[in-house]
Amino acid sequence: MSNLAKAFAGGKAFIPFLTCGDPSLDVTEKLVFAMADAGADLIELGIPFSDPTAEGPVIQAANERALAGGVTTDKIFELVRRIRRKTDVPLVFMTYANVVFSYGAERFLKTSAEVGMDGLILPDLPFEEKEEFDPLCKRFGLDLISLIAPTSHERVRSIAREASGFVYCVSSLGVTGVRTNITTDIAAMVRLVKAEKEISCAVGFGISTPEQAANMAAQSDGAIVGSAIVKMCAQYGADCVPYVAEYVKGMKAAVSAVSGG
Amino acid sequence: MSKGRFGIHGGQYMPETLMNAVIELEEAYERYRDDPAFNAELTELLNEYAGRPSRLYFAGKMTRDLGGAKIYLKREDLNHTGSHKINNVLGQALLAKRMGKTRVIAETGAGQHGVATATAAALLGLECEVFMGREDTVRQALNVYRMRLLGAAVHPVDSGTGTLKDAVSETMREWTSRIADTHYVLGSVMGPHPFPTIVRDFQAVISKEIKAQLMEKEGRLPDAVIACVGGGSNAMGAFYHFIDTPSVRLIGCEAAGRGVDTFETAATIATGRLGIFHGMKSYFCQDEYGQIAPVYSISAGLDYPGIGPEHAWLHDIGRAEYVPVTDEEAVDAFEYLSRTEGIIPAIESAHAVAHARRLAPELRKDQIIVINISGRGDKDCAAIARYRGEDIHE
Repeated sequence: MSNLAKAFAGGKAFIPFLTCGDPSLDVTEKLVFAMADAGADLIELGIPFSDPTAEGPVIQAANERALAGGVTTDKIFELVRRIRRKTDVPLVFMTYANVVFSYGAERFLKTSAEVGMDGLILPDLPFEEKEEFDPLCKRFGLDLISLIAPTSHERVRSIAREASGFVYCVSSLGVTGVRTNITTDIAAMVRLVKAEKEISCAVGFGISTPEQAANMAAQSDGAIVGSAIVKMCAQYGADCVPYVAEYVKGMKAAVSAVSGG
Repeated sequence: MSKGRFGIHGGQYMPETLMNAVIELEEAYERYRDDPAFNAELTELLNEYAGRPSRLYFAGKMTRDLGGAKIYLKREDLNHTGSHKINNVLGQALLAKRMGKTRVIAETGAGQHGVATATAAALLGLECEVFMGREDTVRQALNVYRMRLLGAAVHPVDSGTGTLKDAVSETMREWTSRIADTHYVLGSVMGPHPFPTIVRDFQAVISKEIKAQLMEKEGRLPDAVIACVGGGSNAMGAFYHFIDTPSVRLIGCEAAGRGVDTFETAATIATGRLGIFHGMKSYFCQDEYGQIAPVYSISAGLDYPGIGPEHAWLHDIGRAEYVPVTDEEAVDAFEYLSRTEGIIPAIESAHAVAHARRLAPELRKDQIIVINISGRGDKDCAAIARYRGEDIHE
């Protein structure tokens, strides 16, 4: 079983996201350990990008803060090395195609595998362009995570057929960020995926409350939360760790309480 | 290799949420590009509303002054709304109507594309929202007013550097949140396929006319065509029908800002390297980790860290030359053309004029240069006055 498959092996998964280096790489390291202890099943590590076109204002601002603080791809690789000495919690990078391409795709993906990453999410790399990186991901044993959106319709089949790791279901239109309501028929999206391939589906974009997470997890295999956590990092800065840990604990409890799917 | 490639460049590096939208656009364009009724309607609008064909003017005084090649100016500045942007916008707005869209959104740098989009939207009864970097809304306040006057909502963009690249990012974000009734009227030969092809085809009328007009006036083709390049739409339009004629030199003028050896530049070919951004693979100004550089130019319309994928390819194969032009040279040329020919060019177009001043004296008197005057310079007067240390109030 791949490390990513383990994330979904123990029931519904809770998947938090962090922007690396916001407020600092030291705090990011502490947050990863605290979130793993609080029950996070998989953690998304955001490598900041100057122009994150799929992000709402909260994560955009976190990217700007992290870059202004001097974070680089190399420093993040070092961070992952340190993290891996203490935990085997499944980890995926979430960043933009240019961060990978510019570093040298082979060099980036080889190093990612070496430091202990399990996969990669690139929101600006659709199915049509995945050949850019997918063969290299396979060579180094990384899962390139596929995304599906409420607008994907018939595309879901071909995307699902070639998906690996898990499928990231984008809950609604628009960019990342907290939403009051999610009206998409998530269950139908997940059914389309599973008709094609037996693979876990996690839902992200717009989830912030335990009720939303439970509702999304009931229709899928897990819930992903980014902006709500990044907001806490912005609000509490270096003191954010206990607040985030407490939040993750609550969210994990909410998705764990959901049965079936 | 995916669709929409120019050599290794181009492609469709877009969020999944927008993929069906760009596929829908591609299908609509395939259906209408050779449709007689669509083309008749577009030609009617271009001619009767936008004022095409634009003049190809022999700049006699400038020619005598520089003492070399004969200089012709392709007067895109005389189009309705004051720039070449209207060519593409009328095409895309008609396409949007055919696709059943009722709302258009657009990015703008100098404001020319925003004004053109707001104009087409007013004419064709479409709702219109324009995204413009905060910094640019200050530099180009007059164009903000024009867009509002035309019925468009203008949203200042605060993210990033508050310039054109941020306006593009924000328009893409807006598109992901509302797709069903909305078409994104992209203003340059950039972004994901099919935009670079669609915008180039709608701008290709420029080189088609230059060819016919010069044949009529001189009985031959030009030796060089010069145009400014940000994303590169006016240049692509001016180059397109000459690409297969190697005797015609194609020269794109990039905004060097304070110089290509400084960090305050927007000259992508001179200082950028291969990357993936805003939906395309092309050359971008970026740091060693792929973070997009905060570029600079006095010209809001050229203040973009990338270049369209077809230009990147023309550069790779050596078919077109790309040269940097500094703020200082562009401002000199802005003043020069105003005094010499009584034509105030857009500061963007002044970059092309500046290079023509270097090139013309090197060529023989029987050779011909065509400069694409992509827009008029009224919008720039206050900024250029400021550059020269004079504070005028509009």
